[in-house]
Amino acid sequence: MIAANAAPWPSTSSLVLTQIRGQLRTFWRTPISAFFTIVFPLMVLLLFGLIFGNDTFESPFGPITSRQFYAPALGAFSAVSATYTNLAITTTIRRDEGVLKRVRSTPLPPVIWMTGAIGAAIVLAFLGVALSLTVGVLFYGVEVELAKMPAAVVTFLVGTAAFAAMGLALSALAKSGQAAPALTNATLLPLAMISNVFVPIRDDAPTWLTTAANIFPLRPFVDAFSTAFAPATDAPAFEWGKLAIVAAWGVLGLVVALRKFTWEPVGPARRIRRSTAGPA
Amino acid sequence: MAAAISVRNLVKSYGRLTAVDGVSFAIEPGEVFALLGPNGAGKSTTIEILEGFRDRTSGSVEVLGVDPAGGGRALRDRIGVVLQQTGIELELTVREALEQYGAAYRSRRPADELVELVGLDAKADERITTLSGGQKRRVDLALGLVGDPDIVFLDEPTTGFDPSARRESWELIDRLAALGKTILLTTHYLDEAQHLADRVAVLQSGRIIAEGTPQELTAQSPTRTVISFGPTPAIDATLAELGDRVRRTGQRIEVETESPTADLALITTAAANQNIELPALQVSRPSLEDVYLELLGPAE
Repeated sequence: MIAANAAPWPSTSSLVLTQIRGQLRTFWRTPISAFFTIVFPLMVLLLFGLIFGNDTFESPFGPITSRQFYAPALGAFSAVSATYTNLAITTTIRRDEGVLKRVRSTPLPPVIWMTGAIGAAIVLAFLGVALSLTVGVLFYGVEVELAKMPAAVVTFLVGTAAFAAMGLALSALAKSGQAAPALTNATLLPLAMISNVFVPIRDDAPTWLTTAANIFPLRPFVDAFSTAFAPATDAPAFEWGKLAIVAAWGVLGLVVALRKFTWEPVGPARRIRRSTAGPA
Repeated sequence: MAAAISVRNLVKSYGRLTAVDGVSFAIEPGEVFALLGPNGAGKSTTIEILEGFRDRTSGSVEVLGVDPAGGGRALRDRIGVVLQQTGIELELTVREALEQYGAAYRSRRPADELVELVGLDAKADERITTLSGGQKRRVDLALGLVGDPDIVFLDEPTTGFDPSARRESWELIDRLAALGKTILLTTHYLDEAQHLADRVAVLQSGRIIAEGTPQELTAQSPTRTVISFGPTPAIDATLAELGDRVRRTGQRIEVETESPTADLALITTAAANQNIELPALQVSRPSLEDVYLELLGPAE
């Protein structure tokens, strides 16, 4: 009885673009998320620029000034905020609110909704990176070498896709919208302290600390991105080993997200079910 | 023509709890069908199985000729779902939400037409967060219609509404029915089922305990017509003839009757002969509410 001669389905690209546009629209109309994702990393960059001045020091990427170090590092961090943190929190809240269940009641394929959410997050990540690098180039002596830009672009794409997948995975594991920010902070902030984001990690740091930082995806991503902008590195500056670690985490995130993702609120729904089922 | 929705021996268990316990019904195209019952009767579980949100333990279910468990995209394209509890991106305007959600369907109704249909034309470009609860529910209805569906599922469409908002929603649902949509609605309001539905199935503890048109259900009722009026000692002798069918409740005398015409004639003749006006004379037929309370009575 479902008519076979109905109009054709809308094209996949138009569906994805509609989703990206909708996601970005709601993002910009929620000032608090726009602030933490875009403005906050920029503020940190400007503060660090004032605090640490322009001293040259020996970084993992060779001799560099503080300002040259922080512009790409905090740019990479804002890309992680825009993908991992942002997607984990907003997706969990949308699920709690029942928005995802509504989406699931429409003929929109789930994978297109996810692609749209990831796509919008990558657009925001690009904006965060572009702002940090613009400040870096205009005021902090960051040099953009064209020969190293393919490495920067590839690192950006691999990193944002991976962190977006991990954000969706975290949302799938979070029981509620209140738990999601705590989970993102608990996973991201300790790593940020040992991953060349807020503090340059020196060569004499304890081995276990460096090893730990290198196993998790944040430092490999930040390092690979910073390498493409450090004055002492040579073109093409691809860090394939680091990108492989980031990509592996991204695949893990994707697997968890696809297996565990739910479209309906989980916490309260489970509690109700348990209470109506009587004593176990 | 084949049924728009058919359900046979549907069972859904959650562990030891059986939420739906052998439910069968069929809904014809263009029909408005209500699942009526108290909270926890299995209404929402049944409708969510039909919408494709829940799997079932056993039984067979067809919506537009396909199993909703595997119907996927093609089926979702032809149904409109108004969930009982659902969220929306409050940051969007009504029009933006309609356009964004509508984009997923093969055929869509224009936003202008929908906002007019649900009476939100003045709010079309307002953000949804600024709307009242009743207005948000109308956004839900408009979103349920955006894909120009053949079947509309309405899960408790007016729960929590004040009386005037409920009246407005009823008018809206009547308009949908007039468009020829097949409508399945759940409600725990009797007057809602009576007003809106062509047919009603009364659900209790996961089972259908009565089914039919509102008229059929009231006709089946063992409850009899009641003639009632204020106390009038002058016709006590006549009332004595009616025996134990006469009840005195507070300030009223009630006579239960299976032959209202004859009994009414008896009573009014007695009163007219003595030139007495019977105070607040009333003849009342059983309402769906009486039937419903009778049906649910034993288990309460």
